[in-house]
Amino acid sequence: MDANFFEAALNSSPFLARSLAQTGGLNLDFSKIAPDIPFILTGIWETLRFTLTSAVFGFALGTILAVFKISEFKPLKWFADFYTSIFRGTPLLLQIIIIYYATPQLTGYAIPAFIAGVVTFSLNSAAYTSETIRGGIAAIDRGQREAAMTLGVKYPLMMWDIILPQAFKNILPSLVNESIALLKDSSLASVIGVEELTRRSQIVAGQKFIFFEPYIFVGIVYYIMIVGLTWFAERFERRMRLSD
Amino acid sequence: MQNVLKGECASVIRTEFLSKSFGKLNVLKDISTEIGQGEVVAIIGPSGCGKSTFLRCLNLLEMPTRGRVYINNVDITHPKTDVRKARQNMGMVFQHFNLFPHKTVLDNVIYGPTKVKQIPKGEAEDLGLKLLAQVGLSEKAGVYPSRLSGGQKQRVAIARSMAMQPEVMLFDEPTSALDPEMVKEVLDVMKGLASTGITMVIVTHEMGFAREVANRILFLDGGGVAEDAPPEVFFSTPKSERACQFLEKVL
Repeated sequence: MDANFFEAALNSSPFLARSLAQTGGLNLDFSKIAPDIPFILTGIWETLRFTLTSAVFGFALGTILAVFKISEFKPLKWFADFYTSIFRGTPLLLQIIIIYYATPQLTGYAIPAFIAGVVTFSLNSAAYTSETIRGGIAAIDRGQREAAMTLGVKYPLMMWDIILPQAFKNILPSLVNESIALLKDSSLASVIGVEELTRRSQIVAGQKFIFFEPYIFVGIVYYIMIVGLTWFAERFERRMRLSD
Repeated sequence: MQNVLKGECASVIRTEFLSKSFGKLNVLKDISTEIGQGEVVAIIGPSGCGKSTFLRCLNLLEMPTRGRVYINNVDITHPKTDVRKARQNMGMVFQHFNLFPHKTVLDNVIYGPTKVKQIPKGEAEDLGLKLLAQVGLSEKAGVYPSRLSGGQKQRVAIARSMAMQPEVMLFDEPTSALDPEMVKEVLDVMKGLASTGITMVIVTHEMGFAREVANRILFLDGGGVAEDAPPEVFFSTPKSERACQFLEKVL
């Protein structure tokens, strides 16, 4: 079945057949992309900038949504729950496409790809982060709230000074994990032309008609970044636990 | 003396038909009582009788199902009343201390004065250090609560409440979560507080302390006040059957 499928694909796509014939199967030759490596590596900066901006805005918006979710005022809670269900219930790729391609149709103004991507990722990340933060707030002992109340502290101040700092500290490991997931998902921004790592490897592949080398190379770059970040996150988490 | 203290103008706390239900469980049933300026009231009774719930209704940590609570003749159960104002005047000490773990001891103590009363930080720190000296913990000002023993935590919690310079102090089983050897240091601080003339309402299981320091015992049973008497009367000649049984078990 699979073999037939590939055969059919090769027959129907002269381009694919030709490029495979050229390399003669799997002869990896990374020297062919050597001149393009600086171009691809510049994408690290773009990927990080994209991820970090999205994580920061997503975290801020997620905090606001989390406060809505625990609000006594039900419409705020309904709004936040509905928001979360929309962004968790639809594919991220579709969200990017809608915001980049469809919003201009609505407003008449085109959005730069980077901004459209960051907006999508922030909105999406906020939906996930808000659940994490809500859980973190719920895990804080109610005595903390009561102690602040008996001092006569106003609700927003109590949230800001007493509840949120403790909640953030507890959920920091999962926030870091969410940022790492965001870093991986940032490759989806390539579809709207944000020149991050994946997009740059696609450009090189398209220019030279070689595919394995640029994609595998960029895969290794992602892997090193993510393993490195995870290692730092684990160390950081251990230090935090020691300080308790 | 008791009668003078209970007089209309000197009453700090007054409850009228205070009732509280959790679902179908009626925890408090129509409690009407008055607590006067400077009184030290110990609330005792068998577990589950509603002692803590009664105390928590006094500053509306629990909202009464029915009835009213007056603080300095202001009905704080009225929807228009700003409960925060009333709470600033009523410190509360909890069984589990509830110190803010991410703030140092001194920052715990000055949090209320600086953030609620807007007292300048320097001034609040002077007050905070004075209070920490009073509870014998001056040298712990800069450490985090996790470094303290239970008794020390509770003394910091008392200092934190006192920093708001309240008229009333509510204690919710302040020594129940402590190791036995730490009970005394906390009771000593409370004894010192009682001698300053501040109004205190204490839910406690420490009968010796109640007898020695309180000048009035409220014995709660089945959600109501079963007996209201000075300690010397209550402990020697309890009137109700339930109080006799209770004292037999605990003394």
